[in-house]
Amino acid sequence: MSRLDINKTYKLFIAGAFPRSESGRVYEIKGANKKFIANPAMASRKDLRDSVVAAKAAQSGWANATAFNRGQILYRIAEIMQGRSEQFVDEICALEGVSNKAAKIQVAEAIDTWVWYSGWCDKLSSVTGSLNQVSGPFYNFTTPEPLGVVAIFAESKPSLLGVVRTLAPVLAGGNTAVLIASESYPLAAITLSEALATSDIPGGVVNILTGKTAELAPWVASHMEIDGVDVAGLSKKQEEELKLVGADNLKRVFRFAPTNNPERILSFMEQKTVWHPIGL
Amino acid sequence: MSSFEYASAPESKAIANIASSYGLFIGGKFVEPKKGKSFNTINPATEELLSKVGYADKLDIDAAVKSARSAFTKVWSKLPAKERGKYLYRIARILQERAREFAVVETLDNGKPIRESRDTDIPLAAAHFFYHAGWADKLEYAGVGNKPKPLGVVGQIIPWNFPLLMLAWKIAPALAAGNTVVLKPAETTPLTALLFAQVCQQAGLPDGVVNIVTGDGITGAALVNHPDINKIAFTGSTEVGKAIARSISATKKSATLELGGKAANIVFEDAAIDEAIEGIVNGIFFNQGHVCCAGSRLLIQENVSDEVIEKLKKRMSLIRVGDPMDKNTDLGAINSKEQLKRIHEISNTGDAEGANRWSPECKLPAKGYWYPPTIFTGVSQSHRIARDEIFGPVLSVLTFRTPAEGIEKANNSMYGLSAGIWSDKGAKILWAAKQLKAGVIWANTFNKFDPASPFGGYKESGWGREGGRHGLAGYLASDAKASK
Repeated sequence: MSRLDINKTYKLFIAGAFPRSESGRVYEIKGANKKFIANPAMASRKDLRDSVVAAKAAQSGWANATAFNRGQILYRIAEIMQGRSEQFVDEICALEGVSNKAAKIQVAEAIDTWVWYSGWCDKLSSVTGSLNQVSGPFYNFTTPEPLGVVAIFAESKPSLLGVVRTLAPVLAGGNTAVLIASESYPLAAITLSEALATSDIPGGVVNILTGKTAELAPWVASHMEIDGVDVAGLSKKQEEELKLVGADNLKRVFRFAPTNNPERILSFMEQKTVWHPIGL
Repeated sequence: MSSFEYASAPESKAIANIASSYGLFIGGKFVEPKKGKSFNTINPATEELLSKVGYADKLDIDAAVKSARSAFTKVWSKLPAKERGKYLYRIARILQERAREFAVVETLDNGKPIRESRDTDIPLAAAHFFYHAGWADKLEYAGVGNKPKPLGVVGQIIPWNFPLLMLAWKIAPALAAGNTVVLKPAETTPLTALLFAQVCQQAGLPDGVVNIVTGDGITGAALVNHPDINKIAFTGSTEVGKAIARSISATKKSATLELGGKAANIVFEDAAIDEAIEGIVNGIFFNQGHVCCAGSRLLIQENVSDEVIEKLKKRMSLIRVGDPMDKNTDLGAINSKEQLKRIHEISNTGDAEGANRWSPECKLPAKGYWYPPTIFTGVSQSHRIARDEIFGPVLSVLTFRTPAEGIEKANNSMYGLSAGIWSDKGAKILWAAKQLKAGVIWANTFNKFDPASPFGGYKESGWGREGGRHGLAGYLASDAKASK
């Protein structure tokens, strides 16, 4: 008789820990072959609020880490993911129903995406800040700073790359994140959280929730301590509803082209301008 | 000790040449509003009628947007960038040539001291056009990709506190980037925008590139909701800014929003106190406090607070309140009856909530709208005068013990537009500048503006920046954003 596999319980990732949903709810995920794969947690409004509390608490520590340090930590995530490549490949194959080759390409691209954004951390000010030539005896400079807490609705497919290319730029800019995994393709996000937990990223900097997008989106929209939202995984209608309610605290809401671009980092940053007189 | 009184030094109104009525500026011509409605604009210092201006409704907005669209597709987007820039240079030069006339009209329509319109508003407006003129043929170096493209037709809505300057902040970058515009000036201060329309004519600007429509909030809403607008640029209250964000939530329109503020002006114990006093006065009493980035919350480190307040009161006693046309005037008229009512309403909550009001003795003119320079001491963070934007010459004074407490109090606001720091220690200034959640930080200075310097806020003070390379980017399309 062949050995029975040990199946994994897929849980949430909040404040560096792996809790189940406080609601006790789960939902069923089936693979491309229609067979049962997992019962991930169905996060509630309370889980979302707990995640924002964790993200808010972790924000200043992450923002005040040196950019070089943040870059190293993002690079470290790539290192950890490289070691777990096979696990990501297997899950992508089972869930997305793509070939092993296609899954490998996706995982490689996801890992390289971390490396690309890692290198941006300590170049943002040089490339996008400025020393402004004002007409007077003043030293005047502009430099980007993180927005705060950013919520991300990850794309469905590619399920791993869709998570990484939304999450990495948010972290590179010094924000902390609450990522809501794709409802139908959540496994890559959860397994990524396990990689994050063993990287050097401080608890609370990334929080990952699984569950019903339509249930969580309105709570994200109305949460006053969420400063920005990447709506990659929302429908046009859901995006419009989120923007309408999100106007209450003027959330910065964006949807990007599916490419890597520093604008993904900068859109979730504020530009600060400082003046000081020059003289004796 | 005897003192010398200032003799009055009134600026002449003769240069103003205000017409008895103005139409809307659409397609390069002044036209009557389709329904023939108009409204009055008055001098808030005297309540005298200055002129009647056209009231634009939905139909007029539609005509203006059509004119801007046609100018965008047929003329402006086809013009070589270098030539586009030359039009902006022409506008800058004409503004400089007619600077005195503009300053006088601005002061008559707005109530601000002639010294400020002459030395700040108008020169800065001209400088904005000169600065952005140079960008027109250098957009590929603006950091938004190799082939930056304009957005199309931009709807722009500006406030009454710096009428021509806000117009320049809006129109100069929009045109430099290759967009055409429909601009709505504030209801109470339409005149310099209409004068600017004449400048466009003198500059030979192609018809429809700039359209000026006068009216009220309903006019503005019609502009925001017009289906053929690509972008909204708005400066005004956070309340209206949020309403605009809601209005465009289901559209492809983008927006730049420059909204309210409740800036903390922080005086540390090691500040050069006399300089700080000048900065505090400039921070809150410049332009009657009608400034979104006004330093309206003074945070003083406890051990120097008695000294600062005493010196501040002494300095406030020397502020000259009165005729805005007098070149010696420091504090002019409140812009409108409505604004005066609002200042009274919020300031009165300061008395009711237990803060201590103080104003120097000053004689306010019998006619017009006036409010004396005022400070409240003993203010706590929960007081309405410490939270709401008063937009008038009213300063709330709070104290703190440690630098960390000062920063925490400064950041305790839904706004994040600007902040001030007064200290003689470099490391402390840079530390504080980093901690403050605000888009513009003035250290050992306050209320400085420049076309090369990005301006705009964190949190509920708005979206985006105006001025500098960062402001320009707001008028260019980005290929990193998903096309909706």
